Amino acid sequence: MKNWFRHTIYIFSENPVSIFAVILFLLYVTMALVGHWLVPYDPYLTNTDIALQPPSVSHWFGTDHLGRDVFSRVVIATRMDLGIAFSAVALSALVGCTLGSLAGYFGGWADQIIGRFTDIVMAFPLFVLAMGLVAAMGNTVENIIYATALINIPFYIRVSRSEVSVRRNLPYVQAALQSGNSHFRALAMHIFPNTLPPLMVQLSLNSGWAILNAAGLSFIGLGVKPPEAEWGIMVAEGANYMISGEWWLVLFPGLVLMMAVFCFNLLGDSLRDIVDPLRRT
Amino acid sequence: MQARSFLDINRLSLEFKTRNGVVPVLDNVSMQLNKGEILGVVGESGSGKSVTAYSILNLNGNASTITAGSINFDGLLLHKPSSSLLRDIRGREISIIFQNPMSTLNPIRSVRDHLKDMLTAHAQSTQAGAEKKSLALLEQVKIRDPERVLDAYPYELSGGMCQRVVIALALACSPRLLIADEPTTGLDVTTQKAIMTLIRELALKHDVAVMLITHDLGMAAEYCKNIVVMEKGKVVEKGSVEKLFKAPEHAYTKKLIAATPTAQSELDDLTPDPMLIAKRLQITDDKILEVNNLHKLYGVKKGFSKKETFHAVKGVSFSIKRGECVGLVGESGCGKSTISRMVAKLDDLSDGHIIFDGEDIGSIKAKDFINSNMRKDIQMVFQDPSGSLNPRHTVFDAIVEPLKHLEKISDKKALHKRVLELCQQVDLDANLITRLPHQLSGGQKARVGIARAIAVNPKLVILDEPTSALDVSVQAIVLQLLEKLRHELGLSYLFVSHDLNVVRLFCQRVLVMCNGEIVEHGEVNDVFNMPTNKYTQALLDAIPHFSVNNL
Repeated sequence: MKNWFRHTIYIFSENPVSIFAVILFLLYVTMALVGHWLVPYDPYLTNTDIALQPPSVSHWFGTDHLGRDVFSRVVIATRMDLGIAFSAVALSALVGCTLGSLAGYFGGWADQIIGRFTDIVMAFPLFVLAMGLVAAMGNTVENIIYATALINIPFYIRVSRSEVSVRRNLPYVQAALQSGNSHFRALAMHIFPNTLPPLMVQLSLNSGWAILNAAGLSFIGLGVKPPEAEWGIMVAEGANYMISGEWWLVLFPGLVLMMAVFCFNLLGDSLRDIVDPLRRT
Repeated sequence: MQARSFLDINRLSLEFKTRNGVVPVLDNVSMQLNKGEILGVVGESGSGKSVTAYSILNLNGNASTITAGSINFDGLLLHKPSSSLLRDIRGREISIIFQNPMSTLNPIRSVRDHLKDMLTAHAQSTQAGAEKKSLALLEQVKIRDPERVLDAYPYELSGGMCQRVVIALALACSPRLLIADEPTTGLDVTTQKAIMTLIRELALKHDVAVMLITHDLGMAAEYCKNIVVMEKGKVVEKGSVEKLFKAPEHAYTKKLIAATPTAQSELDDLTPDPMLIAKRLQITDDKILEVNNLHKLYGVKKGFSKKETFHAVKGVSFSIKRGECVGLVGESGCGKSTISRMVAKLDDLSDGHIIFDGEDIGSIKAKDFINSNMRKDIQMVFQDPSGSLNPRHTVFDAIVEPLKHLEKISDKKALHKRVLELCQQVDLDANLITRLPHQLSGGQKARVGIARAIAVNPKLVILDEPTSALDVSVQAIVLQLLEKLRHELGLSYLFVSHDLNVVRLFCQRVLVMCNGEIVEHGEVNDVFNMPTNKYTQALLDAIPHFSVNNL
């Protein structure tokens, strides 16, 4: 454990960009976990007297058309956005890796069926598919998660299938089989952990992408519903005021959203190095 | 003062920058090479022989720095080259034949493209003239049917053919120095002989200087005039082949010569202080394994509906007595690995019987055999010690696997005790059990593989080229270790190998395979001294060897 920790520190210190990414990531996680108690104003309290005020010392990101503090709303939206993204990514990684590993290891008809399912899902414009699903199933947070998860599953299937299939005949797998491991055990305990490095990159990039997807669905009105604070809705609401010059309504939630995605994209490489045993000395 | 050599590497020192600081790799390396001469650079892995050769062409990458010394190639100073000089020299003046021919060639380009590229890049021919020149080059390296090979892609060619193409590429611009970095590792002995003869012929005919990097002393002795022996980045001894083999001075050279199995050596001769082996094992007539008329067919898909079958093993029969070690030799693709996998029950057979300890296990499917109580009686040591260890599992995890699943031991203390016991049996330092495979040396990895195989007290161990990836000195120790274990634990071995010298000194009986059939079998001494089969004779003839008396 101590070795692992030292290795992690080394990986991050090797690359200044990844330190930046980690700091940013920790910031987002903190906002998501304790943001609700730290915000200076009640994010849902309307006060039309101070509507549409530009950024100032008391309201850092300004106020919206109902006089709510934009900064507070941006902060508490983190929990919602990251929550949706992480649940969706976890769900699709779980399902996708399981299906992909089985297809890659056993091949044959399992591979055929799973492969064709992947092809079918990927034949849709993915965002439109997610829109359709949410529209059909109803506008709830759970449904956004399911839809986001479903459109990401093919990527996990593909990555884990190819990673498993190149490893299934390696000598150490044969050695595991002759040591009395069943095929399932050999797959789960010996092959799958070795496919983690490329999967970590996928996982991290996908988290960023899932945030965009959730925000995108909310932006077009198919996601989280107002008055809930969520970056996508805030951008959508703020877009109405752009012409009249209230730029802060769009800029700040958009910027926070962009930085979140950027952070996950940067994080991928470091995560891969952390789970790669060959990088340990 | 004597005239400067054609290639003169003088007191070269080189270091690599790594995560753990700067590592000196070469220390005061000097060697000279003249035109038309073949210089053998011999040493074990990590001795710096490839690094020396690569430094001539500045191929060591950005992490390396030459800290002292010079490389003088016919008046050109190559230790501080400009990139334009390098571009000019690489391929035209100095060519390299790399170790693995399959990966040296770009898989998506045909042989024609490779040759054309080389020829036009150095203005050796026009686009139009390249074709004719390419054909001539392929003929020069003795490729039959050069027109067909010219249009072939690397994957369509055998390893030997690929290496010939690589040599043709290296010779395309008539270089004056040819660096051959283990040019025949991974090739069969008969192919090795053909390739090396070719390189020697070309060196003499065109007055090319050849630097032959190899770990095989026999090969260096047979094909070189002078030899440089390297150890840990230093040149420990150099001189003519004759002097080196007749009167080696340095201890390392002596050790290396002793560890190389020859047609005369015995297992105990390989190391200066051989392991004490209590030879108490008596081979009885009781057969542990009997294989009758074993067949293996693979279905190969051709086109949409056609299916061709490939007959990998064609009716093989043999037996192994209790306590005996039987060698199985043959060239790549002869079916020896397929047999070992079928006997180890990692693969299903197509027809025939495998009678192990009185029971026919041939009819049990490989995937059901995992649950059989005979699984622990047959264990296998795999060819590639690195590849057969899970990169995420420590030494302890690796050895404990069969104990957990086959012996069903779950008590942590008992497991730990047994692992330590096994480490002691295979001479593995107990402090290493928390290491990951990539933190171990080749010999240590081989020991882990052996410890894992003997952990469950098997009756038959299949050794699939267990030493082919190891240095000779490590191979010597591992072979002695295996012999010791055979006597101590009463094991029977099926020893699969392509190295006939090793088989001769390690096994009692040998089976020679060719194209899926056993062409000759018998006591090792009978087969090796008086081979009756033509193929066996060709195999024996192809082994590069040195014997002090013949020099």
